[in-house]
Amino acid sequence: MISCEEAAHICNKSQYREASLYEKIKLKFHIFYCASCARFAKKNKKLTSLCEKADLHCLTEREKTTLKKNIEEQL
Amino acid sequence: MTHIKSGMSLNKLHPDTWVDRYADYLFNYAIARVNDEEVAKDLVQETFFAGLKSAKNFMGAATERTWLIAILKRKIIDHYRKVNSKKGKAEVRITFNDNSESEGDWLEERVADPFSLQENDALENAELGLAIQDCIDQLPEKQHLAFTMKTVRGLSTEDICNELNINPSNLWVMIHRARTALMGCLNENWFKL
Repeated sequence: MISCEEAAHICNKSQYREASLYEKIKLKFHIFYCASCARFAKKNKKLTSLCEKADLHCLTEREKTTLKKNIEEQL
Repeated sequence: MTHIKSGMSLNKLHPDTWVDRYADYLFNYAIARVNDEEVAKDLVQETFFAGLKSAKNFMGAATERTWLIAILKRKIIDHYRKVNSKKGKAEVRITFNDNSESEGDWLEERVADPFSLQENDALENAELGLAIQDCIDQLPEKQHLAFTMKTVRGLSTEDICNELNINPSNLWVMIHRARTALMGCLNENWFKL
């Protein structure tokens, strides 16, 4: 038996493939009887697939610092 | 007149916050259109520079971001103009296929498939990307950083903890809060299951 908090933690980890098999089994079992965690897990998974589909990009912190510096020079 | 003016909350420009608030959004917007990270990065910088130059023309009717996007659009058009003018000067050698065996196969088989949904997918994905980025930008700074490093840049838990000087459980708490907030933010448009 695991708590909802722990279930959420495992669920988050599994979005990044960092949950162990044993953890995933515990999560599956928890979801079996906990509707609110089941809902959370479903949405969480959906968020992961949306993020993958969107193919997001971002500037690294270093690139942002350079960019900031360049802007300051123009000010 | 003065009381009317003070009653309207006109938007103001804050160039010192531009990078943190809009760089990633503009970057994603540009990448979806030019398909090249380096070019997109340059376009974002040029957009900020142009924004500074014409800051006095900002009337405050639009939000800062809308205004910057409008500038970026011009920059993207300029980019394609430049690329195309270069193309005209080069020798035109079109090879539709790298494969020499299929030489002679002509354009017909390369024409867009009218039943293909791929093109629409690409458009929808770009739109989705901006919607997600918009939500990410509304996160508190630490969650923003943690979520981006983990999800967008795909860094390992260990690397992020080292860089941010936090322990894994701190990180997972931030990730959890960020993900919950994002689900709420995207709920309206994208979670209709």
